[in-house]
Formats: sequence, structure tokens, C-alpha cells
Amino acid sequence: MDDILEILIQDARKSPAEIAEMTGKSEKEVADAIADYEKKGTILKYRAVLNPEHIAETDGAVRAWIEVSITPQRGAGFDSIAERIYKFSEVKNCYLLSGGFDLLLLVEGHSLQEVAGFVSQKLSTLENVTATSTHFMLKVYKENGDVFQNTEKSERLAISL
Amino acid sequence: MNKNKLHKISTLVDELPPSGIRAFFDLVLGMDDVISLGVGEPDFVTPWHICEAAVFALEKGYTSYTSNRGLKSLLEQIAIFIKKERNIIYNPENEILVTVGVSEAMDLVMRAILDSGDEVIVPEPCYVSYIPTVKLAGGNPVILETWELPGFKVTAESIEKLITPKTRAVVLNYPSNPTGASYTKKELESIAEVIKRNDVLLISDEIYDHLSYDIPHIAMPTLPEMKERTVYLNGFSKGHAMTGFRIGYACGPEKIISAMTKIHQYTMLCAPIVSQMAAIEALKNGMPEVKKMAREYNRRRRLLVAGLNDCGLKCHLPEGAFYAFASVESTGMTGMEFATKLLQQEKVAVVPGEAFGSGGGKFIRLAYAASLSDIEEAVRRIKRFVKK
Ligand SMILES: Cc1ncc(COP(=O)(O)O)c(C=O)c1O
Repeated sequence: MDDILEILIQDARKSPAEIAEMTGKSEKEVADAIADYEKKGTILKYRAVLNPEHIAETDGAVRAWIEVSITPQRGAGFDSIAERIYKFSEVKNCYLLSGGFDLLLLVEGHSLQEVAGFVSQKLSTLENVTATSTHFMLKVYKENGDVFQNTEKSERLAISL
Repeated sequence: MNKNKLHKISTLVDELPPSGIRAFFDLVLGMDDVISLGVGEPDFVTPWHICEAAVFALEKGYTSYTSNRGLKSLLEQIAIFIKKERNIIYNPENEILVTVGVSEAMDLVMRAILDSGDEVIVPEPCYVSYIPTVKLAGGNPVILETWELPGFKVTAESIEKLITPKTRAVVLNYPSNPTGASYTKKELESIAEVIKRNDVLLISDEIYDHLSYDIPHIAMPTLPEMKERTVYLNGFSKGHAMTGFRIGYACGPEKIISAMTKIHQYTMLCAPIVSQMAAIEALKNGMPEVKKMAREYNRRRRLLVAGLNDCGLKCHLPEGAFYAFASVESTGMTGMEFATKLLQQEKVAVVPGEAFGSGGGKFIRLAYAASLSDIEEAVRRIKRFVKK
């Protein structure tokens, strides 16, 4: 991957000037490259990575993985039914998978009841949905490469030759 | 009881340094919350797949001695790895020895080849163990001063000037600790010419070879006629972030490796088996992580060096390893004064250049084996410190 992207993935707030210093490119080259990535849609957006446990504490947020089995539709396959599902704002992630079920959703709500209500009233009542299986998330250890727990301080000496 | 006699230390050992630098170390280690650019090891934890291999080895009951030379499968993997990565060809049956780090390998070479009074040319600044290991083996270190040479680089002429009938070997370390200097093929060829012309051995410490940013690393034994004149040392501490595993290797002419094995057999027996198992995993599957860490160091390198030059601390862009070697001359302080005051006033730890040779008075070594945010903060503090 391009150095600029690798740096932004780790810290999207690095400025073109800082990135230029780290990569040995000029500030303008970096700014142009970033503008280009944004225009092409390689970089979709920039956002903060929150610790989901802190959000759960303050907002009472609840997350669940939901396995969904569906009957594909003639002509449109899985796509149109997937679209009907992922358009719900409760659905944060939506994937089509191979194996024992079809769609995997990550659903977020303010309470257990809210998520359960979404499944029973909105999701499972859809015409092509044949079965759902809901797994509430209990603890996040690692997400998108970030580990959500206090790591131990290393024993490395502050000075060595 | 005469304690003076009872606890008397051999003159040789008694006269080895730690010196003044020890006091500075104690000062650093006695302080909390220091931002440290003073380390000589990666800040990364060993990649998990390697640790996992070590755990698995323990679970399987790999807790025994191995053959003196090292596990057969490790010796074979080393041969495969250096052929693939560096195009060096060594026979795992008699030209490779697994050691407890390059540290042990360096000690073994010196003891294997030196008779009392033999000379070894050692460039300064250099890694701290070279001179003591020469002395402990009964040899005489002959210092090659590179303080004023461009990029702290050893040249063919500077070596040739120091060669005498007693010279047995020349030590070369690239990329270098503490300067980060490395060499182009052309530069290495001219050094090799002197080695060949004078029939001396080259001891090549290439432990930072995977951390080369600007110059493709060329291994000494791959130059024409150099394989029979080189003892090639490498290991896992730096590239693979495995300092605590204490494992490395030496490759060289059969006769020398066999003499080194003899000493190793009596003094070390073998390298720890768990570390040997971890090393096999590192060699088989470790390069993607090594390259990822190298990319990360490279960014930190540019950031740190730009920051230092910005502060008026003159520093060339190091070609490899994870050190910047900067002059503090512009501040009017010595490296030791600078490091001590910086520590006391700003809680940033760096190493005074004199740790790496007596000519290092006006330098400091800063390691960029630290997180980007630590480096950024350290640079801010150094800036503030220099302005005062
Ligand atoms: C140039 C050089 N050689 C050798 C070593 C020691 O390596 P090992 O951990 O393999 O003993 C170091 C460690 O700092 C070093 O910088």
C-alpha cells in the first residue's frame, strides 16, 4: 500500500506537512495525492475510532451480529433484498457470505429491547427472510486491528546500547 | 581473610570500561516517565506468530539441549533464508553456527582467531562490545576513527593506513549502531579490495541488514573472493524484534566456524531450544512483519532527523538501523552535558556519543525505535531545551 495511505489509516489527522516529512515527498505532492485519493473515492471519509465499551457505558449501546437466511430473488439475486435490509439505519455492517446462512449484519441499538424489536418486527417479517439468528456482543477484544484493552507496560529498559 | 586478595579481579577485566557512561545510565534508570530515545532495541513486541511458535515448542516439551551447532532444521532454514534474501550460499552442515545472539558470535570469533597481541581494526564510533571482546580474547584493538569521515563511513584508505603485520581482522558493521551508516556496492568493493590485498579477515556484523532504507543491502560474503575472507554475523534481535530470545548465527569458512563451535560447546553448550524453534518460524514466515516494521522505522527516521536539523542539531540522514547520530556542537555543550540536562529538564533520554568511542564527545545517539507520538513529543521538548 502507498505510504501516504498507510500513515492516514493509522492517524487520519496527520497533516500533509507531517506526512511529507515522514515520506521524503514535498508537501504539495502529498496534498495532491490525498486530493486525488479523495476524488477517486479511495479515501471515502475520515472518522474517529471510539472505544465501543465507553459508548456502551454512556449511551447504553448494544450491538448484535445477526445471521440472516434469505431466498434470493429472480433477476436480482441477493442484492435487492440485501439493499432492503442494509438501508435500515440500525444496520451498521452487512455482508453476503458463503456457508450456512447468507447475510451477516452488525446491528446497533440503544437497548436489548430495541435490537430485539428490530429483529422481530422489521427483519424477520421481510418476505424473503427465512430465518435469523441473533448473537449479542458481550465484549470487544479487537476491532479493525485495534485492541481494546489496556496493554501492560513493557519491561524495556529506558536506555540500552 | 584478605578481601583484597580474595575478591581480586583480573587486571584485564578490571581495566575494561563501563567508565562515566554508567553513572548516566543509572540516572536514566532511576527516573520515571521518561520519553526514551535511548534504547538499542525495537519498540515492537516480537510478532505474535513467532511467540506462538515458542509457546507451542514449550507445550510440545521442547526443553532439552540441542546439538552444539544448533537444530538441524534451524541450520537448514538459515541457509535457505540467507540464500533467498541475500544470495549468500553457506553449507548448513559445517559453515553455520547458531549462537546466543550476535554478541556471543562476536566473542567466539575473536577467541577463535586471536593470539595474544594480534591486532583487530575496529572503526569508531561502534557498538560497545567490539573492543572489550577483542581485549578479552587477548587481542589489541586498533581504533579506526571515522568521526570526521563523510557519513561516519569507513574507507579503504582509512583501513589500509592501520594495517600492520600483526593485523588479523577488520570489524565492519553496517547499517551501523550508532550512526546508521551503510555502504553502496561500490564502497563495499573498495573495502573488500584492501581486505584481499592484505590477507586479513573481515568480521561483518550485518545484524541491521533488514533495516536498510536507501541503499539495497549487499552482504560482504557475496562479493568476489570475499566468502573465504569473511565471518558473517547476523541474528534476529533487530529485524525480527527478538532481542529477548537471545539468538543469532555466524557463517564463515569451515575451519573458523569449527573453532568457534569448539568454544561454544564448552562455554555455552547450545542456544536455548525454545528460541531456536521461534527462530525457525521467524525465518519461514517472518519477512512480511519485518518489512512492515522497516517501513514504520523509515517514517520515524525522516521525522526525527528533520526535527533534529530543525533544532540546529546537525544530523545526516542515516541509511539504516534505527539510530540518528547528531552533533550537539551548536549548543556549546558536550554530548554528555546535553544528555544529562535534557534528561533532567525535559525528561527525554538519549545516549551520549562517548559511549561509542572516546572521540564521541560532541555527539548524541537518538533511537527512533519509539512510537511516532513519542518521537514528536521528544522533538518538541528538544526544541524547547535547545532554545533556552
Ligand atoms: C551492531 C550490533 N551488533 C550486535 C548487537 C547484539 O545483538 P544480539 O542481540 O544478537 O546479541 C547489537 C545490539 O545492540 C548491535 O547494535
